[in-house]
Amino acid sequence: MTGDSDRDFFRAEVERLMDRLYGTALRLTRNPADAEDLVSEAVTKAWAKLGHLADRQAFPKWLFRILTNTFVSERRRVRCETSESIIGADGEETFSLFEKLHQPFLLWWSNPEQELINALLREDLERALDRLAEEYRTVIVLVEINGHSYAEAAEILGIPIGTVRSRLSRARSTLQRALWKQAQAAGLQPDAGNKEHAHEQPSR
Amino acid sequence: MSSHRAEHTLISCEEVIAHLFAYLDNETDSERRTYIERHLEECRACFSRAEFEKALRARVSQLGDREAPATLRRRVKALLDRF
Repeated sequence: MTGDSDRDFFRAEVERLMDRLYGTALRLTRNPADAEDLVSEAVTKAWAKLGHLADRQAFPKWLFRILTNTFVSERRRVRCETSESIIGADGEETFSLFEKLHQPFLLWWSNPEQELINALLREDLERALDRLAEEYRTVIVLVEINGHSYAEAAEILGIPIGTVRSRLSRARSTLQRALWKQAQAAGLQPDAGNKEHAHEQPSR
Repeated sequence: MSSHRAEHTLISCEEVIAHLFAYLDNETDSERRTYIERHLEECRACFSRAEFEKALRARVSQLGDREAPATLRRRVKALLDRF
C-alpha cells in the first residue's frame, strides 16, 4: 500500500497521534531518548504493515499495539536486564488508597479522597507509575492508558488472561501504595495510623 | 460499607468491590454490570469507592498524553518523507 491517499492518511494520523505515542512510549521506557527511538521504530513498522490494516477506523489502536509490541519484543530480547525494576509488586495484601483515606463520619463536610485526587500532580502519578516493575507498568499502560481489553493485553504480552488480571490487580495495589507514601512524604496525609510501614523510605 | 446483601440489590458490597476494577475496565458481562450499577445507585459507600477509583484511573490514563519534543517531530517527519 503506497498510494498517495494512503501516504496522506498515514502522515495525518501519525501527526495527530504524536503526543499520545510519545507519552505512551515515555511511560513504557521511562527515558526520553528511548521513547523517541520506540516511536520512530513503531512508525516505520506501521508503514511497512499498513497494507494489512483492513479498517482505517482501527488505525489508532493498531498503531499503539505495534508500539507496545515493539517495546515488549525488545525487552524480551534483553531480558537479562530485568533486574532494573525498582519496585516489584507488593507481596502483601491488596492496598487500597480509598480505604486509607475514606472517613465516613466526615462524609458531610469533608472528602479527603477527592482532595487527594485534586492535589496529585502529574509528576506524582508519573513517578509512582515509573517505579513499578516493567511487567506491572506495562499492563497499566496497555489497559488504563491505551484502553486495550484484557484479551488484547494478554495477546500482546503473550500471557494468559488470568495473568493479566492478577498483574493489573497487583500493579494497582502497588501504585496506590506508592501514591500514599508520596502523599505522606509531601505532607498531604499524616503518617499516623500507618506505623506498620514506618520503616519504608518515602519516595521523595 | 454494609457487609450484607440489601433486599433490593442482587449482589453484596464485597462482590461489588471484588469486581469493581473489571467493571471500570469494561470487562464484566452485561448481567454483572447491571447488578453493579444497580448496587451503586443505592449504596453510598460503594458509590464513593467507585467514583474514587474512576477518578484515579482517569488521571492515570492522561499520562499517555505528553507533548512530543521537536526532535522527535523532526525525526518522524524525515521518516514520513522517505515513505
